[in-house]
Amino acid sequence: MDDLLREFITETNESLDVVDVELVKFEQEPNNATILDNIFRLVHTIKGTCGFLGLPRLEGIAHAAETLMGKFRDGAPVTQDAVSLILISIDQIKEILNELEANEGEEPQGDDSEIIGKLEVMSAKADEAMAGGGAAEDEASEPVAEVDATPETDAADQTIERPLRPGEVSLDELERAFRETEIEVEVAEPVVVDDDEAVDEIEDPAPAPVAEKVEAKAAAKEPEKKKSGGDGAEKKASGGSVSNQSIRVAVDTLEHLMTMVSELVLTRNQLLEIVRRHEDSEFKVPLQRLSNVTAELQEGVMATRMQPIGNAWQKLPRIVRDLSQELEKPIDLEMIGADTELDRQVLEMIKDPLTHMVRNSADHGLELPEARRAAGKPEKGIITLAAYHEGGHIIIEVRDDGAGIDVDRVKSKIVERGLATEADVDKMTDSQIHKFIFAAGFSTAAAVTSVSGRGVGMDVVRNNIELIGGTVDLRSIQGKGSSFIIKIPLTLAIVSTLIVEASGDRFAIPQLSVVELVRVQTNSEHRIERIKDTPVLRLRNKLLPLVHLSQLLGIYEGEDVEKAIDSDNGFIVVMQVGSQTFGVVVDGVFHTEEIVVKPMSTMLRNLEMFSGNTILGDGSVIMIIDPNGIAGAMASYASSSVAESQEDEHEDLRSKAITNQSSISLLLFRTGAPEPKAVPLSLVTRLEEFEVSKIERSNGRDLVQYRGALMPLVYVNEGDSHRSEGTQPMLVFSDAGRSMGLVVEEIVDIVEDRMNIEVGSERPGVLGSAVVKERATEIIDLGYYLPQAFEDWFMRKEMDIEALTKKVLFVDDSSFFRNMLTPVLKAAGYDVTTCVGPSQAFELLENGDKFHAVVSDIEMPEINGFEFCESLRRDPRFRDIPILALSSMVTPASIERGRQAGFDDYVAKFDRPGLIAALKDVFSGEMGAAA
Amino acid sequence: MSVLEHKQNADQNAGSDTIQYVTVVIGGQLFGLPISQVHDVFVPERVTRVPKSAPEVAGVLNLRGRIVTAINMRRRLHLPPLEDEQMMAVGIEYKQESYGLVIDTVGEVLTLSESSSESNPSNLDRRWAEISGGVHRLDGQLMVILDVDRLLGAMFTEPMAA
Repeated sequence: MDDLLREFITETNESLDVVDVELVKFEQEPNNATILDNIFRLVHTIKGTCGFLGLPRLEGIAHAAETLMGKFRDGAPVTQDAVSLILISIDQIKEILNELEANEGEEPQGDDSEIIGKLEVMSAKADEAMAGGGAAEDEASEPVAEVDATPETDAADQTIERPLRPGEVSLDELERAFRETEIEVEVAEPVVVDDDEAVDEIEDPAPAPVAEKVEAKAAAKEPEKKKSGGDGAEKKASGGSVSNQSIRVAVDTLEHLMTMVSELVLTRNQLLEIVRRHEDSEFKVPLQRLSNVTAELQEGVMATRMQPIGNAWQKLPRIVRDLSQELEKPIDLEMIGADTELDRQVLEMIKDPLTHMVRNSADHGLELPEARRAAGKPEKGIITLAAYHEGGHIIIEVRDDGAGIDVDRVKSKIVERGLATEADVDKMTDSQIHKFIFAAGFSTAAAVTSVSGRGVGMDVVRNNIELIGGTVDLRSIQGKGSSFIIKIPLTLAIVSTLIVEASGDRFAIPQLSVVELVRVQTNSEHRIERIKDTPVLRLRNKLLPLVHLSQLLGIYEGEDVEKAIDSDNGFIVVMQVGSQTFGVVVDGVFHTEEIVVKPMSTMLRNLEMFSGNTILGDGSVIMIIDPNGIAGAMASYASSSVAESQEDEHEDLRSKAITNQSSISLLLFRTGAPEPKAVPLSLVTRLEEFEVSKIERSNGRDLVQYRGALMPLVYVNEGDSHRSEGTQPMLVFSDAGRSMGLVVEEIVDIVEDRMNIEVGSERPGVLGSAVVKERATEIIDLGYYLPQAFEDWFMRKEMDIEALTKKVLFVDDSSFFRNMLTPVLKAAGYDVTTCVGPSQAFELLENGDKFHAVVSDIEMPEINGFEFCESLRRDPRFRDIPILALSSMVTPASIERGRQAGFDDYVAKFDRPGLIAALKDVFSGEMGAAA
Repeated sequence: MSVLEHKQNADQNAGSDTIQYVTVVIGGQLFGLPISQVHDVFVPERVTRVPKSAPEVAGVLNLRGRIVTAINMRRRLHLPPLEDEQMMAVGIEYKQESYGLVIDTVGEVLTLSESSSESNPSNLDRRWAEISGGVHRLDGQLMVILDVDRLLGAMFTEPMAA
């Protein structure tokens, strides 16, 4: 493909983007002649150049579109249909251009007669309309003259435009183009003079201010063409001045320049470090100068990579317009601060998320016109995009004046999806609830539309933004509208980091994710406290989970990992990643340093903990911590259970490694008999104490008023009764809006232990006995007590006649969970077969037993769940059988691992509603978003 | 950089049926690397450990402004670590990235005819055979040819350590 053509494609694509925007504007202001002129000029340029380059297809479409627009200029009424048609033809042109580029300059084969025909019909219609309203023509053409202020322009344009027979026009123009080009060459500019520019100039042959105005507009749209000096005005052709002052540079060249400058910065830092060590060095002064020059150079090179954010917004007016029609909502798109500049790499990365968010705002942010009227708002919804600088960051706001986030709907969705329990949700503030919008697979749109609602959106948006070290926040006022606030760094190449030490090695933590630094000393107000053996920091009335960096990185060298955190002395780096806040304990904090991120070698790129490495001022290499990786590792320490801070993660992990069987938190309590009873802590929603006087008796059973509803009380042993005075402790279990209080005598302890039910039980209400804390302990069967409170506890909505015929194979090595979940599944109407392990499951399957779905544990001895699933998937007989993973370890990494292994869905072990829902999903074939 | 290129050009001028090898010693065994692949010989200093990386990765270091991933060849070959002795490293390029193979000592440059190379003996330790591109019989000892592509390539496909 020759340079001319390449240039043409680049330029035409840019022009077309402008046309898109302008057309949408035009549709709103059909009488604005300036806009129409602008569009007309651009399309005309395209047509002219196509003729010149011998691209008949493009020329044909452009010509037909131009004719129709010519009619508008002559005063034909502008209709929505006509604008849509022109937009469609522009899309067609774009498509051909893309193919042209892909085919290395060969215009693709194809037939455009249909679209051309439509355009011609529309033109004819416009003619008719015009004939009917001669007065309108006068009205329309008058403002043209007024705005232009120079009658010659109008006349000049008309002489070119009137005879619109393709061959004639382009020939005429070509001649002029050549003439003009020659003159241009004489001006002797050092930059590329391409034919497009020449053609451009013919479009504005008049030396009038109009030309400059139009050019200035074009310049605003094309950021590369930045005006740097003022002498352009003295040049003879006013039209050429802007473009002559800018050159096109390949992105690669800039990238290379950037890398070299980065190297220079590193070297400078190294030199500075050396000089710092030798006090009276004669290098000091020249080095200072070098340092300044380097800084300036760095700034300059960075500036070349900067582009106005308006570039990323260019496509949005068109998208909003189309959406507005599709959704039948009038929408206005306001853009503020489009000239705010940011690194082009960052720009590329936020383009898609921004588009997605605008779509979202249009689709479920804004209400329908009727609803808006009812709410006393203007019918036309407004979406505002605003960008501005703030500290080393750029803030982008996507705001709509729609209904805002419906907190209640989000709440019920959270519970339904099993992301949190009802009780947790109740405690959350609105802003905490809003954060769930960004959870994977979350959508509040009642129905999936072609625009949005598939629930794959906002989490992707958040991921994309976090990938470039940004954050996204949501503010919403019900009834008033919502706004998404994106905060992203100006550039990715240079990062400000905090240099810390752990186990003798230094690491760099990006400042962006560091909230604060806390110094811990014995007598200071901040102390490291422990819940059992888990260290936490009390910071402004919040408990912060702590982990030592060397533990996270697995480089702790001491004997006992537990002792890695020295309670009396240490630094805590408080980090925030997304909604997660945690403390990372380090041995020392040095200083902050601006570093140039260098990619790690391919061999190390699979390490999630690091985002890159770099050379420090002293010449040593340092690894750069990836905050997202750390957050992920942190999350895998914390389990999915309610009482995560009370768990001892390390013991948990270690025992898991040894016995391959997970230990769980158990709540020990006593009631009736002196021996302890236990129930998995994660099943307990809350521990409460009630004044005995609050316990009421109604319909033959004890109740308390709890959170505005009546909560039935259940006794462990039949015939027990509550205390007669004082307060009564009880365990509250909540599920889907209902609560039950299990009356106990005394809550003893929370322990972390493996739960091996060694002796089964025939007694109802007891699963069996296990050794907990070296004492024989009865494990309570909640499945027995829950229906005592509500007979239909398990049966409610999940009961499905159809499900009765479904056979489910449930594989879990832990008898507790088999006992615990089998009734749940049975109650939901499934025919359940249990297996103690994959080998037994294989046996059953080999014997020809047919199952409609398999639910499998992950952590199992011998063969784990992933391997089990993989081997099932390898067998053609079982390839299509739905397999659900069930695990107490729910982390993004394990979910991903599960997905790879072939699981259809991944459910937390204690998430009973989630399991039922997942099974239902599997059987109704509504997969997709669920995983 | 320019020095390296120069060196590389010089190698290519060597006769086509003979290959020059840089010999290195790892755990008493003589190994040979085609000289065209060796860009540097240096003393690995201030190696930064990379947590959670494969055990063979000794760490990363700064070699004249480039970040080099150092690979401990003794660990790669399942040999016991060298006690208290200065290690050496040879710098190589693999897929446009710089790696340093940390070895015991560097020997000399040998020019050997390609025809005198023999394929791996079938009873060679599998872990060694994996990275060996053949054997040269020298006076009194054998030189194992290190196949850099296989040596490093195998490490890429290794499962994640994390």
